[in-house]
Amino acid sequence: MPHDHHDHLSPSGHPYRPDQDTGLTDWQVMEIAIRELMIEKEIVTAAEVQNQIDAMDARSPAQGAALVARAWTDPAFRDRLLTDGSAACAEMGFDVGPMRLIAVENTDSIHNVVVCTLCSCYPRNLLGLPPDWYKSRAYRSRTVREPRRVLSEFGLDLPADVTVRVHDSTADMRYIVVPARPEGTSGMDEAALAALVTRDSMIGVGIAKAG
Amino acid sequence: MSDSPGNRWHDMGGDVAGPVPGDDHDFALWEKRVDALVILAGLKGVFTVDGLRRVLEDMGEEAFETLTYYERWVAALNQNMLETGIYSVAELGERMEAVRARGTTYAEAADG
Amino acid sequence: MDNLAPGTSVRVRAMRPPGHVRTPGYLRGRIGIVERALGPFPNPEQLAYGHAAARLPLYRVRFRMGDLWPSTETPDDTLDAEIYAHWLEPL
Repeated sequence: MPHDHHDHLSPSGHPYRPDQDTGLTDWQVMEIAIRELMIEKEIVTAAEVQNQIDAMDARSPAQGAALVARAWTDPAFRDRLLTDGSAACAEMGFDVGPMRLIAVENTDSIHNVVVCTLCSCYPRNLLGLPPDWYKSRAYRSRTVREPRRVLSEFGLDLPADVTVRVHDSTADMRYIVVPARPEGTSGMDEAALAALVTRDSMIGVGIAKAG
Repeated sequence: MSDSPGNRWHDMGGDVAGPVPGDDHDFALWEKRVDALVILAGLKGVFTVDGLRRVLEDMGEEAFETLTYYERWVAALNQNMLETGIYSVAELGERMEAVRARGTTYAEAADG
Repeated sequence: MDNLAPGTSVRVRAMRPPGHVRTPGYLRGRIGIVERALGPFPNPEQLAYGHAAARLPLYRVRFRMGDLWPSTETPDDTLDAEIYAHWLEPL
Protein backbone atom coordinates (compact mmCIF):
# COMPACT_ATOMS: atom_id res chain seq x y z
CA MET A 1 0.00 0.00 0.00
CA PRO A 2 1.57 3.31 -1.01
CA HIS A 3 2.17 5.88 1.68
CA ASP A 4 3.38 8.64 -0.59
CA HIS A 5 0.53 10.96 0.30
CA HIS A 6 2.33 11.53 3.57
CA ASP A 7 5.60 12.29 1.89
CA HIS A 8 4.95 15.10 -0.57
CA LEU A 9 2.98 18.28 -0.29
CA SER A 10 1.90 20.40 -3.22
CA PRO A 11 2.66 24.15 -3.27
CA SER A 12 -0.81 24.77 -1.86
CA GLY A 13 -0.10 22.35 0.95
CA HIS A 14 -2.32 19.53 -0.15
CA PRO A 15 -0.83 16.06 -0.08
CA TYR A 16 0.17 15.32 -3.65
CA ARG A 17 -0.73 12.06 -5.34
CA PRO A 18 -1.08 11.38 -9.04
CA ASP A 19 -4.59 10.02 -8.47
CA GLN A 20 -5.65 13.36 -7.01
CA ASP A 21 -4.54 15.39 -9.96
CA THR A 22 -6.56 13.84 -12.75
CA GLY A 23 -10.04 15.02 -13.75
CA LEU A 24 -12.56 15.20 -10.95
CA THR A 25 -15.30 12.53 -11.11
CA ASP A 26 -18.85 12.81 -9.81
CA TRP A 27 -18.04 10.04 -7.31
CA GLN A 28 -15.10 12.00 -5.95
CA VAL A 29 -17.34 15.06 -5.64
CA MET A 30 -19.78 12.93 -3.64
CA GLU A 31 -17.03 11.64 -1.36
CA ILE A 32 -15.79 15.16 -0.61
CA ALA A 33 -19.31 16.50 -0.01
CA ILE A 34 -20.38 13.57 2.18
CA ARG A 35 -17.19 13.74 4.23
CA GLU A 36 -17.53 17.46 4.80
CA LEU A 37 -21.18 17.13 5.79
CA MET A 38 -20.44 14.25 8.15
CA ILE A 39 -17.74 16.37 9.79
CA GLU A 40 -20.01 19.43 10.05
CA LYS A 41 -22.80 17.31 11.54
CA GLU A 42 -20.27 16.06 14.10
CA ILE A 43 -20.59 12.42 13.11
CA VAL A 44 -16.84 12.18 12.54
CA THR A 45 -13.86 14.49 12.74
CA ALA A 46 -11.28 15.06 10.02
CA ALA A 47 -8.66 13.63 12.34
CA GLU A 48 -10.67 10.45 12.83
CA VAL A 49 -10.92 9.98 9.07
CA GLN A 50 -7.17 10.40 8.67
CA ASN A 51 -6.44 8.14 11.63
CA GLN A 52 -8.72 5.46 10.21
CA ILE A 53 -6.92 5.63 6.86
CA ASP A 54 -3.55 5.40 8.60
CA ALA A 55 -4.76 2.45 10.67
CA MET A 56 -5.94 0.57 7.56
CA ASP A 57 -2.71 1.38 5.71
CA ALA A 58 -0.75 -0.06 8.63
CA ARG A 59 -2.61 -3.37 8.38
CA SER A 60 -1.12 -5.79 5.91
CA PRO A 61 -0.57 -9.47 5.25
CA ALA A 62 2.65 -9.10 7.26
CA GLN A 63 0.54 -9.10 10.43
CA GLY A 64 -1.09 -12.38 9.46
CA ALA A 65 2.28 -13.82 8.50
CA ALA A 66 3.64 -13.01 11.96
CA LEU A 67 0.65 -14.75 13.50
CA VAL A 68 1.23 -17.86 11.36
CA ALA A 69 4.96 -17.95 12.09
CA ARG A 70 4.24 -17.74 15.82
CA ALA A 71 1.77 -20.61 15.49
CA TRP A 72 4.37 -22.68 13.64
CA THR A 73 6.96 -22.19 16.37
CA ASP A 74 4.82 -22.14 19.52
CA PRO A 75 2.35 -25.04 19.87
CA ALA A 76 0.55 -23.42 22.79
CA PHE A 77 0.03 -20.25 20.75
CA ARG A 78 -1.20 -22.37 17.83
CA ASP A 79 -3.82 -23.87 20.12
CA ARG A 80 -4.91 -20.45 21.35
CA LEU A 81 -5.07 -19.14 17.76
CA LEU A 82 -7.30 -22.01 16.66
CA THR A 83 -9.50 -21.54 19.74
CA ASP A 84 -9.93 -17.76 19.49
CA GLY A 85 -8.31 -15.98 16.56
CA SER A 86 -9.19 -12.49 17.78
CA ALA A 87 -7.62 -13.08 21.20
CA ALA A 88 -4.48 -14.42 19.53
CA CYS A 89 -4.26 -11.22 17.43
CA ALA A 90 -4.56 -9.11 20.58
CA GLU A 91 -1.83 -11.21 22.20
CA MET A 92 0.44 -10.34 19.25
CA GLY A 93 -0.38 -6.65 19.72
CA PHE A 94 -2.54 -6.38 16.59
CA ASP A 95 -5.61 -4.20 17.03
CA VAL A 96 -8.32 -5.93 14.99
CA GLY A 97 -11.15 -3.88 16.49
CA PRO A 98 -14.45 -5.73 16.81
CA MET A 99 -13.49 -8.36 14.20
CA ARG A 100 -14.22 -11.96 15.21
CA LEU A 101 -11.49 -14.08 13.65
CA ILE A 102 -11.54 -17.84 13.14
CA ALA A 103 -8.25 -19.46 12.14
CA VAL A 104 -8.44 -22.72 10.19
CA GLU A 105 -5.37 -24.89 9.85
CA ASN A 106 -4.08 -26.72 6.81
CA THR A 107 -2.63 -30.18 7.41
CA ASP A 108 -1.39 -33.09 5.30
CA SER A 109 -5.01 -34.10 4.76
CA ILE A 110 -6.98 -30.82 4.85
CA HIS A 111 -6.72 -27.66 2.76
CA ASN A 112 -8.86 -24.65 3.67
CA VAL A 113 -9.89 -21.80 1.38
CA VAL A 114 -11.93 -18.69 2.18
CA VAL A 115 -14.51 -16.85 0.07
CA CYS A 116 -17.47 -14.52 0.55
CA THR A 117 -20.16 -15.33 -2.00
CA LEU A 118 -22.63 -12.64 -0.88
CA CYS A 119 -20.25 -9.65 -0.86
CA SER A 120 -16.55 -9.41 -0.03
CA CYS A 121 -16.07 -10.12 3.69
CA TYR A 122 -12.36 -10.42 4.45
CA PRO A 123 -10.22 -10.24 7.61
CA ARG A 124 -9.37 -6.63 6.71
CA ASN A 125 -8.64 -5.62 10.30
CA LEU A 126 -5.72 -8.03 10.30
CA LEU A 127 -4.58 -8.36 6.66
CA GLY A 128 -5.64 -4.99 5.22
CA LEU A 129 -7.99 -4.53 2.30
CA PRO A 130 -8.70 -7.53 0.07
CA PRO A 131 -7.23 -8.01 -3.40
CA ASP A 132 -9.50 -7.15 -6.32
CA TRP A 133 -9.85 -10.76 -7.46
CA TYR A 134 -11.30 -11.73 -4.07
CA LYS A 135 -14.21 -9.38 -4.82
CA SER A 136 -14.68 -10.61 -8.40
CA ARG A 137 -17.74 -12.38 -9.71
CA ALA A 138 -15.61 -15.33 -10.82
CA TYR A 139 -14.02 -15.98 -7.42
CA ARG A 140 -17.25 -15.43 -5.50
CA SER A 141 -19.29 -17.65 -7.81
CA ARG A 142 -16.97 -20.57 -8.47
CA THR A 143 -15.05 -21.14 -5.24
CA VAL A 144 -17.99 -22.81 -3.48
CA ARG A 145 -18.75 -25.10 -6.41
CA GLU A 146 -15.43 -26.01 -8.00
CA PRO A 147 -12.77 -24.95 -5.50
CA ARG A 148 -10.13 -27.24 -6.96
CA ARG A 149 -10.47 -25.66 -10.38
CA VAL A 150 -10.20 -22.20 -8.87
CA LEU A 151 -7.13 -23.23 -6.87
CA SER A 152 -5.63 -24.71 -10.02
CA GLU A 153 -5.91 -21.28 -11.69
CA PHE A 154 -3.79 -19.94 -8.83
CA GLY A 155 -1.22 -22.66 -9.58
CA LEU A 156 -2.26 -24.91 -6.71
CA ASP A 157 -3.10 -28.48 -7.71
CA LEU A 158 -4.14 -30.54 -4.70
CA PRO A 159 -3.95 -34.35 -4.57
CA ALA A 160 -7.22 -36.28 -4.35
CA ASP A 161 -6.45 -37.50 -0.82
CA VAL A 162 -6.48 -33.93 0.54
CA THR A 163 -9.95 -32.78 1.62
CA VAL A 164 -10.80 -29.23 0.55
CA ARG A 165 -12.75 -27.22 3.10
CA VAL A 166 -14.32 -24.07 1.67
CA HIS A 167 -15.39 -21.37 4.14
CA ASP A 168 -18.10 -18.97 2.94
CA SER A 169 -17.91 -15.84 5.14
CA THR A 170 -21.65 -15.29 5.27
CA ALA A 171 -22.05 -13.54 8.62
CA ASP A 172 -20.08 -12.22 11.60
CA MET A 173 -16.90 -14.31 11.49
CA ARG A 174 -13.82 -13.62 9.41
CA TYR A 175 -11.36 -16.33 8.45
CA ILE A 176 -7.62 -16.77 8.13
CA VAL A 177 -6.00 -19.94 6.86
CA VAL A 178 -2.94 -21.14 8.75
CA PRO A 179 -0.93 -22.69 5.93
CA ALA A 180 1.14 -25.80 6.57
CA ARG A 181 4.75 -25.15 7.56
CA PRO A 182 6.97 -26.04 4.60
CA GLU A 183 9.48 -28.86 4.78
CA GLY A 184 13.10 -27.91 5.34
CA THR A 185 12.41 -24.94 7.61
CA SER A 186 13.30 -26.46 10.97
CA GLY A 187 16.27 -24.16 11.52
CA MET A 188 14.48 -20.93 10.68
CA ASP A 189 13.47 -18.32 13.23
CA GLU A 190 10.06 -16.67 13.43
CA ALA A 191 10.97 -13.67 11.26
CA ALA A 192 12.41 -15.86 8.51
CA LEU A 193 9.37 -18.12 8.66
CA ALA A 194 6.99 -15.16 8.44
CA ALA A 195 8.64 -14.15 5.17
CA LEU A 196 7.42 -17.45 3.66
CA VAL A 197 3.77 -16.71 4.46
CA THR A 198 2.00 -14.97 1.59
CA ARG A 199 -1.35 -13.22 1.57
CA ASP A 200 -2.67 -15.84 -0.84
CA SER A 201 -1.60 -18.67 1.48
CA MET A 202 -3.70 -17.10 4.26
CA ILE A 203 -6.76 -16.88 1.97
CA GLY A 204 -6.06 -20.47 0.96
CA VAL A 205 -5.42 -19.99 -2.75
CA GLY A 206 -1.71 -20.60 -2.20
CA ILE A 207 0.62 -22.40 0.17
CA ALA A 208 3.71 -21.31 2.10
CA LYS A 209 6.88 -22.34 0.29
CA ALA A 210 10.47 -22.49 1.49
CA GLY A 211 13.00 -20.56 -0.60
CA MET B 1 -27.81 -14.79 -12.08
CA SER B 2 -30.84 -12.76 -13.07
CA ASP B 3 -32.54 -10.65 -10.44
CA SER B 4 -35.96 -11.75 -9.36
CA PRO B 5 -37.58 -11.45 -5.93
CA GLY B 6 -36.31 -14.78 -4.67
CA ASN B 7 -33.17 -15.11 -6.74
CA ARG B 8 -31.02 -12.08 -6.23
CA TRP B 9 -28.09 -11.11 -8.42
CA HIS B 10 -25.56 -10.64 -5.60
CA ASP B 11 -26.18 -14.15 -4.27
CA MET B 12 -23.77 -15.62 -6.79
CA GLY B 13 -22.30 -18.67 -5.03
CA GLY B 14 -22.35 -21.60 -7.43
CA ASP B 15 -22.98 -19.54 -10.56
CA VAL B 16 -21.09 -20.32 -13.74
CA ALA B 17 -18.39 -17.71 -14.31
CA GLY B 18 -15.13 -17.22 -16.17
CA PRO B 19 -11.53 -17.35 -14.96
CA VAL B 20 -10.58 -15.45 -11.81
CA PRO B 21 -9.02 -12.14 -12.89
CA GLY B 22 -5.42 -11.58 -11.87
CA ASP B 23 -5.44 -7.81 -11.79
CA ASP B 24 -5.08 -5.79 -8.62
CA HIS B 25 -4.71 -2.11 -7.83
CA ASP B 26 -3.76 0.19 -5.01
CA PHE B 27 -6.44 2.42 -3.65
CA ALA B 28 -6.68 6.14 -4.37
CA LEU B 29 -7.01 8.60 -1.52
CA TRP B 30 -10.68 9.25 -2.24
CA GLU B 31 -11.34 5.49 -2.07
CA LYS B 32 -9.53 5.21 1.26
CA ARG B 33 -11.61 8.10 2.54
CA VAL B 34 -14.84 6.35 1.51
CA ASP B 35 -13.62 3.22 3.27
CA ALA B 36 -12.78 5.21 6.39
CA LEU B 37 -16.16 6.99 6.44
CA VAL B 38 -18.00 3.68 6.13
CA ILE B 39 -16.06 2.12 9.01
CA LEU B 40 -16.35 5.23 11.20
CA ALA B 41 -20.09 5.60 10.53
CA GLY B 42 -20.47 2.03 11.76
CA LEU B 43 -18.38 2.65 14.86
CA LYS B 44 -20.39 5.81 15.60
CA GLY B 45 -23.66 3.90 15.43
CA VAL B 46 -25.25 5.87 12.58
CA PHE B 47 -24.93 3.07 10.08
CA THR B 48 -24.54 -0.70 9.83
CA VAL B 49 -22.66 -2.85 7.37
CA ASP B 50 -25.95 -4.59 6.64
CA GLY B 51 -27.43 -1.22 5.71
CA LEU B 52 -24.51 -0.79 3.29
CA ARG B 53 -25.03 -4.27 1.86
CA ARG B 54 -28.79 -3.80 1.51
CA VAL B 55 -28.30 -0.70 -0.64
CA LEU B 56 -25.52 -2.33 -2.69
CA GLU B 57 -27.83 -5.28 -3.35
CA ASP B 58 -30.74 -3.02 -4.27
CA MET B 59 -28.53 -1.01 -6.65
CA GLY B 60 -28.66 -4.06 -8.87
CA GLU B 61 -26.41 -6.07 -11.10
CA GLU B 62 -25.77 -3.32 -13.63
CA ALA B 63 -24.16 -1.19 -10.93
CA PHE B 64 -21.94 -4.14 -9.96
CA GLU B 65 -20.82 -4.55 -13.55
CA THR B 66 -20.34 -0.90 -14.47
CA LEU B 67 -19.23 0.96 -11.34
CA THR B 68 -16.05 0.46 -9.34
CA TYR B 69 -16.12 -0.94 -5.82
CA TYR B 70 -15.79 2.39 -4.04
CA GLU B 71 -18.12 4.16 -6.45
CA ARG B 72 -20.77 1.71 -5.28
CA TRP B 73 -19.71 2.15 -1.66
CA VAL B 74 -19.93 5.95 -1.75
CA ALA B 75 -23.39 5.71 -3.31
CA ALA B 76 -24.51 3.24 -0.64
CA LEU B 77 -23.00 5.29 2.19
CA ASN B 78 -24.85 8.35 0.90
CA GLN B 79 -28.15 6.49 0.68
CA ASN B 80 -27.78 5.36 4.30
CA MET B 81 -26.85 8.87 5.51
CA LEU B 82 -29.91 10.31 3.76
CA GLU B 83 -32.18 7.63 5.22
CA THR B 84 -30.78 8.23 8.71
CA GLY B 85 -31.24 11.96 8.28
CA ILE B 86 -27.61 12.93 8.85
CA TYR B 87 -27.99 15.52 6.07
CA SER B 88 -30.66 16.40 3.56
CA VAL B 89 -30.73 15.96 -0.20
CA ALA B 90 -30.64 19.75 -0.57
CA GLU B 91 -27.59 20.04 1.69
CA LEU B 92 -25.84 17.39 -0.37
CA GLY B 93 -26.73 19.07 -3.65
CA GLU B 94 -25.52 22.45 -2.50
CA ARG B 95 -22.30 21.03 -1.13
CA MET B 96 -21.57 19.08 -4.32
CA GLU B 97 -21.98 22.30 -6.33
CA ALA B 98 -19.62 24.09 -3.98
CA VAL B 99 -17.07 21.28 -4.28
CA ARG B 100 -17.22 21.38 -8.08
CA ALA B 101 -16.68 25.14 -8.08
CA ARG B 102 -13.33 24.74 -6.33
CA GLY B 103 -11.47 23.28 -9.26
CA THR B 104 -11.11 20.54 -11.81
CA THR B 105 -8.91 18.04 -9.96
CA TYR B 106 -9.57 16.02 -6.83
CA ALA B 107 -6.82 17.82 -5.00
CA GLU B 108 -8.26 21.25 -5.77
CA ALA B 109 -11.82 20.19 -4.97
CA ALA B 110 -10.87 18.41 -1.75
CA ASP B 111 -8.88 21.39 -0.59
CA GLY B 112 -11.89 23.50 0.27
CA MET C 1 -33.15 -23.56 17.42
CA ASP C 2 -31.55 -21.80 20.35
CA ASN C 3 -29.25 -24.57 21.37
CA LEU C 4 -28.04 -26.78 18.55
CA ALA C 5 -25.09 -28.86 19.64
CA PRO C 6 -22.16 -29.52 17.31
CA GLY C 7 -22.95 -32.61 15.26
CA THR C 8 -26.67 -31.85 14.98
CA SER C 9 -28.12 -32.42 11.52
CA VAL C 10 -29.93 -29.36 10.23
CA ARG C 11 -31.77 -28.32 7.10
CA VAL C 12 -31.52 -24.75 5.85
CA ARG C 13 -34.95 -23.29 5.27
CA ALA C 14 -35.82 -23.08 1.60
CA MET C 15 -37.77 -19.84 1.70
CA ARG C 16 -36.74 -17.11 -0.73
CA PRO C 17 -37.86 -13.71 0.53
CA PRO C 18 -36.77 -10.76 -1.61
CA GLY C 19 -35.13 -8.73 1.18
CA HIS C 20 -31.62 -8.55 2.63
CA VAL C 21 -30.62 -11.95 4.00
CA ARG C 22 -27.24 -13.57 4.69
CA THR C 23 -28.23 -17.14 3.89
CA PRO C 24 -26.84 -17.98 0.44
CA GLY C 25 -29.32 -19.32 -2.09
CA TYR C 26 -27.16 -22.35 -2.91
CA LEU C 27 -27.55 -23.61 0.68
CA ARG C 28 -31.31 -23.23 1.02
CA GLY C 29 -33.09 -26.53 1.43
CA ARG C 30 -29.73 -28.31 1.94
CA ILE C 31 -28.79 -30.54 4.87
CA GLY C 32 -25.62 -30.08 6.87
CA ILE C 33 -24.12 -30.62 10.31
CA VAL C 34 -23.58 -27.97 12.98
CA GLU C 35 -19.80 -27.52 13.21
CA ARG C 36 -19.89 -25.10 16.14
CA ALA C 37 -22.17 -22.59 17.85
CA LEU C 38 -20.87 -19.03 17.69
CA GLY C 39 -23.15 -17.30 20.15
CA PRO C 40 -25.82 -14.64 19.70
CA PHE C 41 -25.44 -11.98 16.99
CA PRO C 42 -27.79 -9.19 15.88
CA ASN C 43 -30.16 -10.18 13.12
CA PRO C 44 -28.82 -8.64 9.87
CA GLU C 45 -32.31 -8.74 8.37
CA GLN C 46 -33.33 -6.07 10.91
CA LEU C 47 -30.05 -4.14 10.91
CA ALA C 48 -30.25 -3.72 7.14
CA TYR C 49 -33.43 -1.67 7.42
CA GLY C 50 -32.32 0.45 10.37
CA HIS C 51 -34.28 -1.40 13.03
CA ALA C 52 -33.18 -2.51 16.47
CA ALA C 53 -31.99 -6.07 15.98
CA ALA C 54 -32.82 -9.16 18.02
CA ARG C 55 -29.80 -11.27 18.88
CA LEU C 56 -29.97 -14.69 17.32
CA PRO C 57 -27.80 -17.76 17.78
CA LEU C 58 -25.38 -18.11 14.90
CA TYR C 59 -23.98 -21.44 13.81
CA ARG C 60 -21.24 -22.66 11.54
CA VAL C 61 -22.80 -25.42 9.46
CA ARG C 62 -20.76 -27.89 7.40
CA PHE C 63 -22.10 -29.31 4.15
CA ARG C 64 -20.72 -32.09 1.96
CA MET C 65 -19.99 -30.84 -1.53
CA GLY C 66 -21.75 -33.94 -2.82
CA ASP C 67 -24.93 -32.79 -1.08
CA LEU C 68 -24.69 -29.33 -2.66
CA TRP C 69 -23.54 -30.19 -6.15
CA PRO C 70 -24.62 -33.69 -7.24
CA SER C 71 -22.27 -33.69 -10.22
CA THR C 72 -19.13 -32.73 -8.26
CA GLU C 73 -16.06 -34.90 -8.76
CA THR C 74 -15.04 -34.50 -5.10
CA PRO C 75 -18.19 -35.11 -3.02
CA ASP C 76 -16.29 -35.41 0.28
CA ASP C 77 -14.87 -31.91 0.11
CA THR C 78 -16.80 -29.60 2.43
CA LEU C 79 -18.39 -26.17 2.57
CA ASP C 80 -18.77 -24.31 5.88
CA ALA C 81 -21.04 -21.28 6.25
CA GLU C 82 -22.47 -19.24 9.10
CA ILE C 83 -26.25 -19.50 9.34
CA TYR C 84 -28.53 -17.70 11.80
CA ALA C 85 -30.83 -19.87 13.92
CA HIS C 86 -34.09 -18.79 12.31
CA TRP C 87 -32.90 -20.28 9.00
CA LEU C 88 -32.22 -23.73 10.49
CA GLU C 89 -34.52 -26.67 11.14
CA PRO C 90 -33.04 -29.49 13.25
CA LEU C 91 -33.65 -32.95 11.79
